[in-house]
Amino acid sequence: MSLSEEVSLQKKTRVSRVVQSLPPSGIREFFDLVLAMDDVVSLGVGEPDFVTPWTICESAIYALERGRTSYTSNWGLLELRREIANYLYRRFGLSYNPESDNCEILPTVGVSQGYDLILRAILEPGDEVIIHQPSYVAYHPLVTLAGGVPIILETTAADGFRIQPSAVENLITSRTKAIVLNYPCNPTGSTLERAALEAIAELARQEDIIVLSDEVYAELSYEGEHVSFPTIAGARDNCVLMSGMSKAWAMTGWRMGYLAGPHDLIAAACKIHQYSMLSCPILTQYAAIEALRHGDRAMHDMVDTYNQRRRVIVEGLNQLGLECHTPEGAFYAFPSIKCSGLSSVEFCKRLLTEEKVAIVPGTAFGASGEGHVRMAYAASFEAIEKALAGIGRLLGRL
Amino acid sequence: MEEILKLLRKDARLSNAEIARRLGRTEEEVAERMAQLEKEKVILGTHAILNPDKIKDAGLIGIIEVKLTPERESGFDAIAQRIYNFPEVRLCYLISGSYDLLVFVEGETLQDVAMFVAQKLAPIAHVNSTATHFILKKYKEDGIILSDPQSSERLPISF
Repeated sequence: MSLSEEVSLQKKTRVSRVVQSLPPSGIREFFDLVLAMDDVVSLGVGEPDFVTPWTICESAIYALERGRTSYTSNWGLLELRREIANYLYRRFGLSYNPESDNCEILPTVGVSQGYDLILRAILEPGDEVIIHQPSYVAYHPLVTLAGGVPIILETTAADGFRIQPSAVENLITSRTKAIVLNYPCNPTGSTLERAALEAIAELARQEDIIVLSDEVYAELSYEGEHVSFPTIAGARDNCVLMSGMSKAWAMTGWRMGYLAGPHDLIAAACKIHQYSMLSCPILTQYAAIEALRHGDRAMHDMVDTYNQRRRVIVEGLNQLGLECHTPEGAFYAFPSIKCSGLSSVEFCKRLLTEEKVAIVPGTAFGASGEGHVRMAYAASFEAIEKALAGIGRLLGRL
Repeated sequence: MEEILKLLRKDARLSNAEIARRLGRTEEEVAERMAQLEKEKVILGTHAILNPDKIKDAGLIGIIEVKLTPERESGFDAIAQRIYNFPEVRLCYLISGSYDLLVFVEGETLQDVAMFVAQKLAPIAHVNSTATHFILKKYKEDGIILSDPQSSERLPISF
């Protein structure tokens, strides 16, 4: 019996069974607790604490003043696609065609929408998508919504939360359609070395699997240059690069991302985009053009600051006796709290209620996050010090 | 710019230990480099950035554009020196454009500044003319916006 036949035999429900089956985002109860509390020192945030650089805001204001309030092409502004292409070339040596014929770049409403589009564009019902965890909360629900089956690959602290190519190989079946990669990784801050990327590229080529590489934290790489997956020899044809402006340019609220990949895949994503979104907001597109043209300096200043905070938080955690692999990218530390004897959720709850410090339980990012917590250092030095002091006091009482 | 200098420009009160922590160096390395920077006069001094609106007797600054006739041997330098040696002069730049020296003069009152210009600065030989401006409102001082910053609307928790 097919999935649709099976569903049609079941009792009618107001909310679809697929949606009912989705887990609530993260750990609802804990988040409600955080939201209800005042004066919280928060290292629980997945976005920069900087305001978008003024040159970017100002160009959006100018666009508004000029009356640029219309739809754009489904493919976004050509000017923007060209800037994205220039950026990918100058930063990572990637070549994607921004021009209308055989276009390989699609601006999207954040990486999340881009990911949703590409999943819907490639998945047949029952197709499997391998997702490493702990990882961003949207990866597996969106696979389910697109009719696919998320296959979870658990990474471990012992491996620095790096995906092991042999583990990927073990999960591959005849139904494997795609692999999601997110390095630098939210929530672990891990990056993947070139050899592993090469091995995954080889697997993808052999097994005809599409790699969906979410590289939104690429600019936030602190130990050596980021290696973009599609730069690996032979990887480009099987890869859709997903990235955006949110993290590096402090533009989360603008919702600006993009997909870059072979034309057939990007065109398929655009086919859905044209019906569901029509186009990205035009102001956001103008803001992104300015960010890519003139945002480097402001971006590098922010990255330098994150790097300083990273050193402070990792040293602080280690001094508290919490084991923490050095995060090489993004703006998260993912220490082990196993020595506390508490579960991740218990630890975060007690830290919140007793010390008014908000961090995120590792289990929000998958079961393999148990024993860890995510601390975002996209927060002031003062907040970081306060959070560390709070953790120190909590540990002292246990 | 070197990282230590970038940090100090933002916050000169950072201890060597804190600088070391943020930059991943030892405190000794930072102390050594700091001593060198001071010795080489890369770091000239440190001072607080004050908000004059919140200080009753903050005094005021007159901004003086000065036109000069350069001297044969020393150009503008000797004349500039005669001007910048006055302690009332807080800042003195030789600049391109329609005048030659930009001078910031500090006084307790408007009259103080006006008198200084009339009695000390304008009569100096080779000073052709001066134009005095007074600041009405400061919006930004040394990179810091003076109005109260808007509070963040970030959610306390997100993914």
